[in-house]
Amino acid sequence: MSATNNALAEAPESVTVSTSATSTSILLDEVTKRYPGQAKAAVDGITLEIPAGKIVMLVGPSGCGKTTTLKMINRLIEPTEGRIKLGDEDVTTIDGDELRRRMGYVIQAGGLFPHMTVASNIGLVPKMLGWPKAKIAARVDELLELVSLDPAAYRDRYPRELSGGQQQRVGVARALAADPPVLLMDEPFGAVDPITRQRLQDELLKIQDEVQKTMVIVTHDFDEAVKLGDWIVVFSEGAHIVQYDSPERILAEPANEFVENFIGSGAGLKQLTLNRVKDVALADAIIGHPGEAAVDVLERIVAAGHDHAVILDDRQRPLSWPSRRQLGRLTTISASADPELPVVGQGSTLNDALDTMLVSNAGAALVTGRRDSFAGVITVEVIMDAIATARANARGTAVAPVGTNTDSLQIVTDGAA
Amino acid sequence: MTDTLGAETTRGETALAEPVRGDVPGGARSWRGLLIQPIVVALILAGFVVWLATAHLSPTERSTLNPHDLLAYTGQHLALTFVSAAIVLVITVPLGILLTRRPFVRASGVILALANVGQAAPAVGLIVLLAFWLGFGFWAAVVALVVYAALPVLRNTMIGIQSVDERLVEAGRGMGMSALAVLIRVELPLAVPVMLVGIRTALVLLVGSAALATFVGAGGLGLLITTGVNLFLPRVLISGALLTALLALLVDWAGRVVEHYARPKGLQA
Repeated sequence: MSATNNALAEAPESVTVSTSATSTSILLDEVTKRYPGQAKAAVDGITLEIPAGKIVMLVGPSGCGKTTTLKMINRLIEPTEGRIKLGDEDVTTIDGDELRRRMGYVIQAGGLFPHMTVASNIGLVPKMLGWPKAKIAARVDELLELVSLDPAAYRDRYPRELSGGQQQRVGVARALAADPPVLLMDEPFGAVDPITRQRLQDELLKIQDEVQKTMVIVTHDFDEAVKLGDWIVVFSEGAHIVQYDSPERILAEPANEFVENFIGSGAGLKQLTLNRVKDVALADAIIGHPGEAAVDVLERIVAAGHDHAVILDDRQRPLSWPSRRQLGRLTTISASADPELPVVGQGSTLNDALDTMLVSNAGAALVTGRRDSFAGVITVEVIMDAIATARANARGTAVAPVGTNTDSLQIVTDGAA
Repeated sequence: MTDTLGAETTRGETALAEPVRGDVPGGARSWRGLLIQPIVVALILAGFVVWLATAHLSPTERSTLNPHDLLAYTGQHLALTFVSAAIVLVITVPLGILLTRRPFVRASGVILALANVGQAAPAVGLIVLLAFWLGFGFWAAVVALVVYAALPVLRNTMIGIQSVDERLVEAGRGMGMSALAVLIRVELPLAVPVMLVGIRTALVLLVGSAALATFVGAGGLGLLITTGVNLFLPRVLISGALLTALLALLVDWAGRVVEHYARPKGLQA
């Protein structure tokens, strides 16, 4: 690993946000944390495999030991027993500070140092690693852009001149500064309002698409876990792993009542946030163009057995979505755009699509793809199919990483179900 | 992207910027305060000089209050103050830092209690008692003054460091800073405003109590006060008291100026 660090330190000036193979798997091997004077272990013999380049969410009620588990990965809390492995390297006994410089760490509200500018906050770890000044400055600007903050406007500001969401972004940028293979986050979005939180979550996913780090994120918000996680670990007290599985499977097949309660109501709806419109098969539609005779279009939809026709402009963008009845009243198709047209993008979740179609007259929604061009129609039937498929798939073959406790009697990853 | 949320601040940051204790200066309001104080001192001093030059004084008063001696007393007074202050800083700042480190936190109660005793003991008694032990003169006075002024600096050093948001310390350690690096680059800079309030308090205390050094033959402006009392020369007595007070105000002002400029940028004023 030190080889990786040296390579980073000597990299050329023009660092691009590295997608180099710098993500590493993590293995907690029978790790226990006992505090003196407490009968019960805070974390009890946990064995947890965190695959490289994936986002693993640690969820559970407060006090269940999920934060302790996270902090033992970078040894902010020293484990009482057990080994920690980063890739193939045993890091249980190496210098803690050196280990932590190889892992990004993000805490609630960013944890920015108020007496340092945004640039100095982000540049701290590269500075500790001895990067030349010019390279640090370039890296700071690059990271600010990555988290959607204009470098010229923000690099010289102090944290208190930023909103909570902006501070959180800078916190993420700071954690990524030295391009560590691993990113640990402790309730990163806990201190911002729901709208900002949602935006930050979307942005984190976007960033992850680019950087492909191994991320371990602690949260108490199950919806956040479903949204962000490739894998979710559900903990009960003493950091006992109740279930370690993909979001799909946890929603479809909760291991027991504890997990069911934790998921809360509406598992089916939550399932919908896991699928995007672009992943499902869309229904086709009868197309019309402005200037055509309404009768012709009407004829076509009657022939196809459809109720509506989609009117597109010359760049294939949907203008309106008249029904048979509306077409019957027209002579030629007008070029005016319907401002209340139910449209969703291909990147939207099925949940968003369902919301949109429920308020539309047609009980369905139009889907647009690149440059708002028409891609198809999404209907309630399409969504029902998607739920059924997801549930069927979840029952299938997904192989979860290992996650157990030594003395656990529960079957943790129930592959036979 | 979150421009609509520009007005929001996080609780952590604002809470951190709030002074723990004392009137940490900042902003335009304090700027005016910073200007007024030296002007008032200068006006009163000018008034005193005019009075000294024109008043009908008895020969004894005249010889006691001659400008040369006045300057010498002031010099002695300042020497007592600043030598004691320097020693206080050298002892208590490192001690205060040490007492906030985990292995030594347990000792902090005992040490603070000791410092409390030092301040609670009557200063006159302290000075005279120490003089019997250390011999009459400058150093006996300095030792007494150090004991007397240690508490505010020690306490504010500790409070300043303790009041640094724990999460910032965690963030620092979490990104791979050593405990020492976190202390030097995060905890101390953020503690500076509170520490400086303690130092200024100590300096003002020292200027006041250095007037007692005259009891052990260490000179200072206190000499005017004792002379005034012993020979029943009220004008000499009042001159001594006035000059001591002006000196205290001036030292307080210098402290405020330092606080104003030493406050780390980025902290809320």
